[in-house]
Amino acid sequence: MPDVWIPAQMQRITGAPDRVQVEGATVRQVINNLERMHPGMKELLYDEELDDITPGLAVIVDGDVSQLGLMERVQDDTEMHFLPAIGGG
Amino acid sequence: MLDYKPNMVLTSDKQYKVVGTRPVRHDGADKVTGLARYSADLNLPGMLYGKVLRSPHAHARIRSIDTSKAEAMPGVRSVVTGADIVEPTGRASDLAEGAMINFKFLSNNIMAQDKALYKGHAIAAVAAVNAHVAEQALEAIEVDYEVLPPVMRAGEAMADNATLVHERLAAFNTASTRAGGVLDEDDASTGTNIANHFEFRMGDMDAGYAQADVVVERSVSTSAVHQGYIEPHAGTAMWHDDGSLTIWSSSQGHFTVRDHTARLVGIPVSKVKAIPMEIGGGFGAKLAVYMEPVAALLARKAHAPVKVAMNRTEVFEATGPTSGTEISCKIGATNEGKITAAEVHLTFEAGAFPGSPVAGAANCVLAAYDIANTYIEGYDIVVNRPKTAAYRAPGSPAAAYCVEVALDELAEKLGIDALDLRLMNSAREGTRRPTGPLTPKVGYVETLEATKAHPHYSAPKDGKARGRGVASGFWGNNTGPSAAVALVNPDGTVTLTEGSPDIGGTRASVAQQLAEVLGIAVEDVNPQIGDTDSIGFTSNTGGSSVTFKTGYAAYTAAQDIKQQMIARAARIWEVEPEDVQFEDGVLTHRADDQLRMTFQQLAARQVPTGGPIVGRGGVNPGGAGPCIGVHIVDVEVDEETGKVEVVRYTAVQDAGKAIHPSYVEGQIQGGAVQGIGWALNEEYYTNDQGHMVNSSFLDYRMPTSLDLPMIDTCIVEVDNPNHPFGVRGVGEVPIVPPMAAIANAIYDAIGVRLTVLPMNPGNVLEALWEKNGS
Repeated sequence: MPDVWIPAQMQRITGAPDRVQVEGATVRQVINNLERMHPGMKELLYDEELDDITPGLAVIVDGDVSQLGLMERVQDDTEMHFLPAIGGG
Repeated sequence: MLDYKPNMVLTSDKQYKVVGTRPVRHDGADKVTGLARYSADLNLPGMLYGKVLRSPHAHARIRSIDTSKAEAMPGVRSVVTGADIVEPTGRASDLAEGAMINFKFLSNNIMAQDKALYKGHAIAAVAAVNAHVAEQALEAIEVDYEVLPPVMRAGEAMADNATLVHERLAAFNTASTRAGGVLDEDDASTGTNIANHFEFRMGDMDAGYAQADVVVERSVSTSAVHQGYIEPHAGTAMWHDDGSLTIWSSSQGHFTVRDHTARLVGIPVSKVKAIPMEIGGGFGAKLAVYMEPVAALLARKAHAPVKVAMNRTEVFEATGPTSGTEISCKIGATNEGKITAAEVHLTFEAGAFPGSPVAGAANCVLAAYDIANTYIEGYDIVVNRPKTAAYRAPGSPAAAYCVEVALDELAEKLGIDALDLRLMNSAREGTRRPTGPLTPKVGYVETLEATKAHPHYSAPKDGKARGRGVASGFWGNNTGPSAAVALVNPDGTVTLTEGSPDIGGTRASVAQQLAEVLGIAVEDVNPQIGDTDSIGFTSNTGGSSVTFKTGYAAYTAAQDIKQQMIARAARIWEVEPEDVQFEDGVLTHRADDQLRMTFQQLAARQVPTGGPIVGRGGVNPGGAGPCIGVHIVDVEVDEETGKVEVVRYTAVQDAGKAIHPSYVEGQIQGGAVQGIGWALNEEYYTNDQGHMVNSSFLDYRMPTSLDLPMIDTCIVEVDNPNHPFGVRGVGEVPIVPPMAAIANAIYDAIGVRLTVLPMNPGNVLEALWEKNGS
């Protein structure tokens, strides 16, 4: 199952541990399943109106910023992080 | 005299015919002969001139605005205030490249509503038949202000009972870059100046420090500085009878100009065409819009085109500098030099609206090091200063200043060479970063080793009060959606339209990638920047992304052309496409060497063989590889006056594959010079009323060519595996190391640690006096 790293603040808000194994074949499925395990996570990670990752967050899948967001496919050995989406100058 | 060849390129194994060469830039002649047209150069028939009335106070409530006298003046055609601009909800929206936009804050920044939040904040604007009449009309606008005490630094803003910049600002606790928000109407909690507080934690800090033999702690503070581009912001707007709008401006992303202006004037994006003009520098600050919506609002009311251009004082007072910061760190290491724990506390001033680059700082600081136990926290604080904008590697330079000075102290305490300490602790492929993800293939070690081997590092230091410092800097580089369309011309040339404004020579670097695939000369490519109606959506020219992402788009368009040409040749020769190959600009039959045709020959026959050949590239590539730069600087300090002179400077940087080495060198040199200015001279100098008192280039001292030695460069090529030619971004990281490198050099020269930027003569003398007890 994909290995999801939970940012420190989100751990505090939801009581989730720093890492959690979550079922799912896409980022969307992982977030939905994460919500079932740790209620409150989806609100932090997902913007319902945009149907997208929360603005300002990037999902990192196996080391790279995902360009497909919720649609990104993940594997059993995938490592996922949610980090600030950094622009540049 | 140097005893070696400067501007080295330590090339990767892969060699190409066009990539890696140094052709003359396509836009060069127009720029040096004055033919190129920048934002303010546009003049239209019947065009009016706009001027903006700005707040004389750093913090004031606007009780009323009376524009009637201005509107009645002869020659005045329109007046707008905050009542005319769309003020969206306080909800944050995500736009291209992950840039966070809270449109309420964006709208309020472009035109104030109930409060003026910084000196220079736009209050109203006038369009008139000429600039003089417009300026006179500004004087006729009556604004009733209730002046409020300004809060200027993060420390004051975070104090209990601090004056609130926004009474209803919501505090976020998120690792996202959510650029703040406002409290819901039914939320009874009080506002705050702390827009965001977040943290990253890895490992066990107590255990890490317990393993350490030596611990260093360091605090620094930096002042707000401006990007200092030559070209002020300007925008021209013209409405059409069908309700559509055309905008001309220079920016780092005309799709952002289109999208933001459409939102703020209340029309669909399809009704706005943004035409990019040439740009005279941006460095991050031209990712934001200021003038375009104002010009559009004035033009709509006046029923005539309107141009609004800033002067230099307006640029300083009313666009986005980077943050002033307070940063501290603590680093522990064993006697052998292994860093066991490191923590960094980042406090960044966002200006009048949330959204400083503190998250960028957190992402970058410590990222190039392999440290098992790390803690990073960040605060985003609103103050009565102009809203900050991105500035080259946003967030990373100030954070690196603190940590790289601390590493110098650590190296000294341990008796280890400063570069060896960094090498011993360098991240490599597979190292976990403090923010979590694993490090991809990088060239950190190669860059540090190249620095150590550079003749500058071992050169003798001659002279009194001369010192040498080194520092490293990290930037993650970025990517995003990008589009390119390539049209094959019958004479064998290619017109390449791309969506990325060209700031640093990317017409050439993108055209080279197309030319490499097609096997043609780069001079046979004519690169153009398309307007928003002529090319697909392309994210901003920012994040050091263009040569990576738009190069990728051009590469894809070239591959598309290649496949079409193979099909055409097969049609002409009456063979199967699988039997045709395309190499070095020549099509041949795999089995019949009599069947041969050059790119140019087939281009001439494209119409009768199936119509025009058009290559398309629409991409959103991942995997923009991070990079580091390592700088060596020699300084000489005048201990009587406190003046610091940079006498020698070398910048070493991993560029992935340098598509056009001269422009990579130019980026490195430019970034280093801006960092030197940040280190030694530049600051927003404000009085006790929150007014910037050095808002001209006479008083805001940026380095010139007369102040500096040649910046020597060394490009280290470690291919990025996620790009067809191995490209990494190069434009931002060179501004990261200079402040720390110079501070470390000053310490080497006179034994004093400078912990406040700028390290100008006053601050150097104060530090010397403190050291000497006088």
